[in-house]
Amino acid sequence: MEGCGAPQQSAEPVRDSGDQVVVTGRVLAGDEPVGGAYVRLLDSGGEFTAEVVSAGSGDFRFYAAPGAWRVRALHRAGTGEALVTADGVGVHRTDVVLS
Amino acid sequence: MSRENVLVSTEWAERNLNTEGVVFAEVDEDTTAYDGGHIPGAVRLDWKEELQDHVRRDFVDRSGFEKLLSEKGIANDDTVVLYGGNNNWFAAYAYWYFKLYGHQDVRLLDGGRKKWELDGRELTKEVPVREATTYTASEQDLSLRAFRDEVVEAINVKNLVDVRSPDEFAGRLLAPAHLPQEAAQRAGHIPSAINVPWSKAANEDGTFKSDEELRALYEEAGLDGSRPTIAYCRIGERSSHSWFVLRELLGHQDVKNYDGSWTEYGSLVGVPVANPSEVS
Repeated sequence: MEGCGAPQQSAEPVRDSGDQVVVTGRVLAGDEPVGGAYVRLLDSGGEFTAEVVSAGSGDFRFYAAPGAWRVRALHRAGTGEALVTADGVGVHRTDVVLS
Repeated sequence: MSRENVLVSTEWAERNLNTEGVVFAEVDEDTTAYDGGHIPGAVRLDWKEELQDHVRRDFVDRSGFEKLLSEKGIANDDTVVLYGGNNNWFAAYAYWYFKLYGHQDVRLLDGGRKKWELDGRELTKEVPVREATTYTASEQDLSLRAFRDEVVEAINVKNLVDVRSPDEFAGRLLAPAHLPQEAAQRAGHIPSAINVPWSKAANEDGTFKSDEELRALYEEAGLDGSRPTIAYCRIGERSSHSWFVLRELLGHQDVKNYDGSWTEYGSLVGVPVANPSEVS
């Protein structure tokens, strides 16, 4: 059975499987990728939907539903936020820069 | 029940890493987290491999739990401090599980692995060696665990608290959004359930909100304190987190966790389902 765990994200490129709404990107400090950041997906009402830990390459990935999403990253080095609109099935990219 | 009997802070944990009779255990589904670094001295509990029966959908039985804890070097009179990733979801699940089998003194590390990391505290890859014990478990305390028939009977009778995200509650998502949305069962929620996402009980750093905030949260959501409560999510670990809040922090007497949760309920034939996202 697939659990609800939030494993470390892999750095594998995200492929469009054709049936998922994927929100993905990297956590950055300046131009440098930040691994080990806690990245959460919030819905349009600001409600928590999921949380993952960014890979060493800074990558994170969520399987969402169509709509407007907010991605928030939390790390010892700082916090960051980005908005993304997923208008349908496919890969929707956004990077989150810590400050 | 008060907070200091069931929760420890990261400061307390750091001060008690070498205290006799205190055992730290990291509980994760993704065990690579432990391998990459854990709290010094902490043993690992693997949620999937060690706490679940490998054939039936159920827990390891009483003798299996005794064997597991004995091998881990945990004794009946140890204070067990559980922590993990995912804002302590699986640690809370293990807490509930330890209570189910009658362990006396078990506590959660407030904020779990995330708070420990954000605090910049030490992590090690060194695996501790603990001498085996002879652990004795009780029969499962079924006053803490709800099964499907009881859940169906609880519709409009008891508090049903669905602790999943609003999108899962509304039938728009079948799983948390870090997992592919693939599942055979129906989407939606149990009729008469209120939706109080587990995340509303936690701060961003993973620590629990104050008792006052937590009381207000459930009051505003319409939880009737005079009635028994059953909490559920998708597989029973996020609802362990809310079960912990309701029973262990707020002191509600009759609170059960429905570990079958939506993966069971949403696959039952003939039971009522509410799905606001389906246009009739």
